Amino acid sequence: MSIVGTPKEVAKGENRVAMTPQSVTDIMKLGHECIIQSGAGAAARFSDADYKAAGATVVKSAADLWKKADIIAKVQPPTNAESKKFEKGKTVISFVYPSDNKKLLEAATAAKTTLIAKDMVPRISRAQKMDALSSMANIAGYRAVIEAGNSFGRFFTGQITAAGKVPPAKVLVIGAGVAGLAAIGAAQSLGAIVRAFDVRPEVAEQIESMGAEFLLLDFEESGSGEGGYAAPSSPEFREKQLELFREQASDVDIVITTALIPGRDAPKLWLEDMVKAMKPGSVVVDLAAERGGNCDLTVKDEKIETPNGVTIIGYTDFPSRMATQSSSLYATNIRHMLTDLTPEKDGKINHNMEDDVIRGATVAHKGKITFPPPPPKVAAIAKQPPKEPEPTREEIAAKEAEEQRKAGVREIGLLAAGGLLLMVIGMYAPASFMQHMIVFALACFVGFQVIWNVSHALHTPLMAITNAISGIIIVGALLQIGSSSWLVTILAAISVLIAAINIVGGFMVTRRMLAMFQKS
Amino acid sequence: MENGFITAVYVTASILFILSLGGMSNQESAKRSVWYGIVGMGLAVFATLFASSVGNYWLIVLMLGIGSAVGVRVAQKVEMTEMPQLVAALHSFVGLAAVFIGLNSAITPPEGLVGAEITIHEWEIILGVFIGAITFTGSIIAYGKLAGSIDGKPLTLPFRHGLNAGGIILCLILGFMFASHVGMWTLILIMLIAFAIGAHLVMAIGGADMPVVVSMLNSYSGWAAAATGFLLGNDLLIVTGALVGSSGAILSYIMCRAMNRNFVSVILGGFGGSTGPAMEIEGEMVSIEADAVAAALDAADSIVIVPGYGMAVAQAQSSISELTRRLRGAGKNVRFAIHPVAGRLPGHMNVLLAEAKVPYDIVLEMDEINDDLPETDVVMVVGSNDIVNPAAQEDPNSPIAGMPVLEVWKAKQVFVSKRGAGTGYSGVENPLFFKENTRMFYGDAKASVDALLQKLN
Repeated sequence: MSIVGTPKEVAKGENRVAMTPQSVTDIMKLGHECIIQSGAGAAARFSDADYKAAGATVVKSAADLWKKADIIAKVQPPTNAESKKFEKGKTVISFVYPSDNKKLLEAATAAKTTLIAKDMVPRISRAQKMDALSSMANIAGYRAVIEAGNSFGRFFTGQITAAGKVPPAKVLVIGAGVAGLAAIGAAQSLGAIVRAFDVRPEVAEQIESMGAEFLLLDFEESGSGEGGYAAPSSPEFREKQLELFREQASDVDIVITTALIPGRDAPKLWLEDMVKAMKPGSVVVDLAAERGGNCDLTVKDEKIETPNGVTIIGYTDFPSRMATQSSSLYATNIRHMLTDLTPEKDGKINHNMEDDVIRGATVAHKGKITFPPPPPKVAAIAKQPPKEPEPTREEIAAKEAEEQRKAGVREIGLLAAGGLLLMVIGMYAPASFMQHMIVFALACFVGFQVIWNVSHALHTPLMAITNAISGIIIVGALLQIGSSSWLVTILAAISVLIAAINIVGGFMVTRRMLAMFQKS
Repeated sequence: MENGFITAVYVTASILFILSLGGMSNQESAKRSVWYGIVGMGLAVFATLFASSVGNYWLIVLMLGIGSAVGVRVAQKVEMTEMPQLVAALHSFVGLAAVFIGLNSAITPPEGLVGAEITIHEWEIILGVFIGAITFTGSIIAYGKLAGSIDGKPLTLPFRHGLNAGGIILCLILGFMFASHVGMWTLILIMLIAFAIGAHLVMAIGGADMPVVVSMLNSYSGWAAAATGFLLGNDLLIVTGALVGSSGAILSYIMCRAMNRNFVSVILGGFGGSTGPAMEIEGEMVSIEADAVAAALDAADSIVIVPGYGMAVAQAQSSISELTRRLRGAGKNVRFAIHPVAGRLPGHMNVLLAEAKVPYDIVLEMDEINDDLPETDVVMVVGSNDIVNPAAQEDPNSPIAGMPVLEVWKAKQVFVSKRGAGTGYSGVENPLFFKENTRMFYGDAKASVDALLQKLN
């Protein structure tokens, strides 16, 4: 049995917590025990009493917690002070940002602590439930729209009121990752006209499925990189892209930029001249502020207003601003990670470095730095196969005509063959037989015509009634039952018996079934 | 006089039978049209009793009495889930009767036949016995498979096509011998070989292809009756047999088209092997609990339920009906999507839902509902697998590639009620279960739906 513990976050302004009363219940189902530092959930509005009620033990000091817990789950990367508390054989799960935090990795290897980075979970569908970057980005995207609305002086939705007509707000979302899509969804449901741009052509479908308009850049280059992220683009491509944005700048009211390339500074996409071209009262929300911002004028962690009246929001703590929501999602991400680490649900940690997801997220293990991980094996979003050109109307019409013609030829061929066959039989067979043959052929025809009209829903009753009707064979048996041969009489009698079962049973069961069909 | 009267009644009966089948075009006229069939049958039997060759009236009355009593009992007792078995059993009766009548006709050949008429008559007997015998044993095996007393897996003997072909050739040879009056034993042999062929044919066909088999046997029973009509020179039998035969043939055709299978390949049995490696499936199956499904149903405006044979096995239809009633009561648009081959009998699901008092106007066919699925909030798949398998469209190497399917994965959310995480009856992997908008709702279908009913608002 392992003890999972969560200390109070020490970073300033961090309101989130890595464990919620709900996640305590779920983690305990895995056979673990939970401890939490007193007051850890207060900023996210989870009280110590809530945790106790869920079954966790509340400890007073951070030092105590770090000592007792085998697995420490937190949100922000451990600080210098915290990394001093690393112990051999323990596991720490949090955001790590390993490429910027070499020191932390070294501290972990020195202490032989396993460090799992929630920000390094590979982006494959199996790992989505533990992907904290996605769950936090989702919140950031939503919150970006809310913050923009807060600074924006008009309605999002267009209205025609007694006091005059209100035009809808136009929102441009740059970068359709998780945050971008969340922003599109939020803006869309507030009633704005939403446009979106992304360098990866394969996300066009996702954008359109959210109801936004995909701004198409007519340029032969795919901006897709590894693992579902965007890759840096060529200078020509960038020029084209900026041109497109410049066109949009004077038209849109709100711009939300979410463009990030892994391991690099955020690309500058919303330049100073574009901000100048925007209408007064417009809002730019820069979700890439942490990495230097997509907008030239962004000031990290601040909201500024330019001389021409455009508000630029550069906050980096959107998830923390919705601490209750983001804590519960983050805690669930952590819990799923623990589920994968405890495959038998018996409280025993099995750190399986063969597993793609666990391997990818582990940045320090058994005294070694295990970052960067080998590339994931599967693509995050399936690249769309090149579409075949849509057939034109003439082509479709020509195809249909051709099919009609073929069907006609087939029909005439069949009729001719059938007629010929009948004629051949007629030449040799006696007249009495031919009379029966004509009756038979006509009956088949009538049968085909009639049965095609039967509703699919009534196929079972149809089978039951044809069953009953095929009991007509009783007529044959009746004609033979009066025979002088006892054998014939017996066989005929049995036939009458079973045909009678068929007739009565078939009709009755058909009636029973049909009576069940009721209209609403 | 006597002959004229009988013929007149036979014409009336034929017309009534045609009207009876034609009336099946919609639910309301169908209720009326059953009576056409019953009256037609009554008239036909009644008129036949006046024919000069009919005798032993006490025996007729006795047999009719017993037969009717058994028929009534069976019809009243049968569960709707057992309909496929019943239909198969009834087919076997027609087959057996055709065999007996053929044998009788061979024992006491009609008088007054000359030249080619005799040969034709003898071939009519052979045909009647042959088709009748295949129908008889085929239906018995189908009954066994549907009732579960025979293993549903296809039996694949070595050289099975050769065995069938050899049997047919042997029958042909024996037929020529019978026609040249070698003796009764040739006819008996033909019957026995046909029995074997019938049994073997159906043994080789897997459970999922049963709808085709049952409708094929339906067709055979009709052709057997028609062949009997030829050998007795009775037009009523010919007409009725042809009607039933073509009805079964069309049903088989519809079933085959709905599975994108060739009729011949279904009849010859064995499931077509794949032509290459199956497409790799990405993602994982995510399970979900009843309260989350209930919450999604509460939030949804439009719901489509896709029932399959698993629903019938779990006897979940009445619970589903209750669920439907509750959801509709809450003002939601609830509909059912029925694939032509759902269940073990064409139209089986419709009957089960009707029995559970689901109104038939919300039960739609595949073609009617496929276009609406992208706008649907929640799709609930209950006990069906292949008919909602996207591999049919996406993976050209899939064994079911090209089969028309219900495109449930286009809906906003899909819940799959399923016993456990395995492939279904056909053994084909289903990528639907791995899609991002799909959640697996594991457990017995009835228990799951009952749990849902508890959690719904």
